[in-house]
Amino acid sequence: MGVALSSVVAFLPPELGSRLQFGWTISVHILFASLSIGLAPFIVYFTWKDVHQGDERYARLREFWVSIFAIGFVMGTVTGIPMSFQFGTNFPVFSEVAGELIGGPLAFEAKMAFFLEAVFLGVLLFGRERVSDRTYVLSSVLVGIGAWLSGFWILVVNAWMQTPQGFELVERNGRTIAQLTDPVAAFLTPRFPWMFTHMMNAAVIAVALGVAGISAYFLWTNRDAVEWATALRLAIVILLISAPFQAIHGDAYARHVENTQPQKFAAMEAHYDTGQADLHLIAIPANPDALLDPRAENLWTISLPGVGSYLASGGDADAEILGLNEYEESPPVALVFWAFRFMVGLGFLFIGLALWGGTLLWRGSLTESDRFLEAMMLASPLGFVAMLTGWYVTEIGRQPWVIQGILQTDEAVSTSLTSGEVTITLVGFVVLYLALIGAFVYVLASLVESEQSRLTDHESGHDSVWESLPVVGSDD
Amino acid sequence: MTEVALAEVAFLPVDQYLHPLLPMIWFSVVLFCLTMYVALDGFDFGIGILYATRTDEDDRETLLSAFGPIWDANEVWIVAFGTTLLAAFPPVYSRLLSDHYLLSLAIVIALIFRGVAPELREHRDNDQWKRTCDRLFVAGSTLAPILLGALVGSWVFASGMLGVPSLLTSLVVVCLSVTSGAAFLAMKTQGRLRVEVRRYGIAATVAYLLAVAALLSVVFTDDSASVRDQLLAAPAPEIIGLTVVISVVGVLLARHDRARLWFGSTLTLSGLLGSLVAVLLFPTIYPAGGYTIEETIVSPLALNLVTVLGLPVLVFVLWYFKFLYGVFQGPIEEGGYGH
Repeated sequence: MGVALSSVVAFLPPELGSRLQFGWTISVHILFASLSIGLAPFIVYFTWKDVHQGDERYARLREFWVSIFAIGFVMGTVTGIPMSFQFGTNFPVFSEVAGELIGGPLAFEAKMAFFLEAVFLGVLLFGRERVSDRTYVLSSVLVGIGAWLSGFWILVVNAWMQTPQGFELVERNGRTIAQLTDPVAAFLTPRFPWMFTHMMNAAVIAVALGVAGISAYFLWTNRDAVEWATALRLAIVILLISAPFQAIHGDAYARHVENTQPQKFAAMEAHYDTGQADLHLIAIPANPDALLDPRAENLWTISLPGVGSYLASGGDADAEILGLNEYEESPPVALVFWAFRFMVGLGFLFIGLALWGGTLLWRGSLTESDRFLEAMMLASPLGFVAMLTGWYVTEIGRQPWVIQGILQTDEAVSTSLTSGEVTITLVGFVVLYLALIGAFVYVLASLVESEQSRLTDHESGHDSVWESLPVVGSDD
Repeated sequence: MTEVALAEVAFLPVDQYLHPLLPMIWFSVVLFCLTMYVALDGFDFGIGILYATRTDEDDRETLLSAFGPIWDANEVWIVAFGTTLLAAFPPVYSRLLSDHYLLSLAIVIALIFRGVAPELREHRDNDQWKRTCDRLFVAGSTLAPILLGALVGSWVFASGMLGVPSLLTSLVVVCLSVTSGAAFLAMKTQGRLRVEVRRYGIAATVAYLLAVAALLSVVFTDDSASVRDQLLAAPAPEIIGLTVVISVVGVLLARHDRARLWFGSTLTLSGLLGSLVAVLLFPTIYPAGGYTIEETIVSPLALNLVTVLGLPVLVFVLWYFKFLYGVFQGPIEEGGYGH
């Protein structure tokens, strides 16, 4: 064990360590950031209903979800600050090359969005008795605008890295850097509308599934919990719109990726030879030795002939699709291929769940089917999983580039960084963020548990699962 | 869109700064954000450090209630600082953070403990759990200003993170944080607790002056940081003199229980410290790399853009900070603000 560990440490080059660390820290951050984005519209709606209609159901829903929003926002803040540092600590060359293009949007994110969200969340959390009704509702709206605006500016940066434009390369202080020439083009890149729509909708889906799952749990244990029937209905209606939309939008988005980043598209489909592309349902290395090689080429597949071309071109099964063999260096194909399939598979699952819920809703028996409530409980974290796999397609699929066609990831890394330093911080972030996720889940469970005990009437439902799980909450 | 078309649309000059002093203004904006961070999150750190002196559960909850609604907004100033530095001076952002790799990431880790611990504390009614959260809160609140001070010291004096000037800068930032934390708590508390925080605040002010004196004499006598000339020329002596005057005024205000004015005086001390940093740096911006403001500022179009879009927003930010502090002004009633 000690030997194995020290050899891993010795072989963790600064570039790989930096990439793992950035990938890990942003994966955790994005969970909390998208919780804020997806939950914001719910909070605004519950707050408005509560304050303006004085409806007890919504007061309870507001209180519960604002508590979750609060802990999620704290996690989002403390995991967001490392992001704003790591461009400099780990990827200083990237920051210097792209500073004029990404610095502005990142600074706008802090000044326009993050401040807005943080300041008015303080009012939303602690100010109910201290401000007027109108100011209180306005605070919830401003928190929501802050969350969405934050996503806007961050995605401006990421979309630029995928389809960079609005700059020219110039020499400055002995380095080739990107100089801003056209802010409108640089901010509104071809990728941006696709990415923004897909990501914001993904956050809404993920949170709607979470809301549905938690509501389903309360209804499963207590059929008379009217406020939670309201929340479940709302979540199902939102899913009925957002889940099918994501699939239709995603189909067109993939064609846009094929046009603008053909190498990424080829990796998503494990398509090596230029020509007609089949749609592989399954692809694994034919040679067992290559099983652990994420770039393995010689594949055993189950495929639908020509369907890859059909989807990529919007209807032509013979369309020529560029293959990975056209490029000198390919991304880790297996990760991209499977991440894409997980995302798409989960997307169809969400559509199925939404239709199931929609049917029950139409029949007026949404809260009566045990099986449906159990399915929603199980599906509650899966929206976040789908979102992460989608980001892995986007970010791993772009390799070896950090700025598509302009700067490779290995050139962007700090030259002064040592293996030892990056190993220390990587291990630190892994341990610490696992603890943060654990803490978040713990708080979520304790909030659910106290709501559970508030809903005292157990006659029509199941016993709480907490009673059969002595680990959680039994120590107080 | 071509450059010409854009210039027509956005009215932004492409090849010259909107004003010749714009690079200087952004040098000031970067340090303004850092100063706001030291001033505002500084008093949060001070609350966290003074928290260690409280053993009574009611006292601790009062301190956490004072901290609750505002710390997160205060903390955003460090993001504003980092991203503004990146937007205006990308090479400085890159060098500062990559030269201080472990130190920079240690700061964010300290901030994680400081931010999360009080949030978790309330979710479990268990003494051992609360004590663990308390320890993490105090540790994060103490380490963050120490590490931040070392980073700023190493930046300004090019002394490395373990150099004597860096360590003394740590001490300066810690003492200032305790001073302003005590002043903030004096506004927020009553009775015995208020008397006690005032006492801590007065002691911290004296320690602050001694730490500043020690730092300045070290960098003055051993001139490896080559700041001697800046220290002798105007306006450095005036800033140092004002620091002494404001500190004395602060102590008098504390003794006469004028909490709001006292807190105002500690914010002024942060402002003076930020000005001193500006004076010592100028016209360089990263002494260890020999970088000047002129060499590292972004091109005119990029800077004009952040000026037009970013600066007005900063005014808005200050306005709604004032709103936030207004909503939560006055001493904390029994039971905090509720949740």
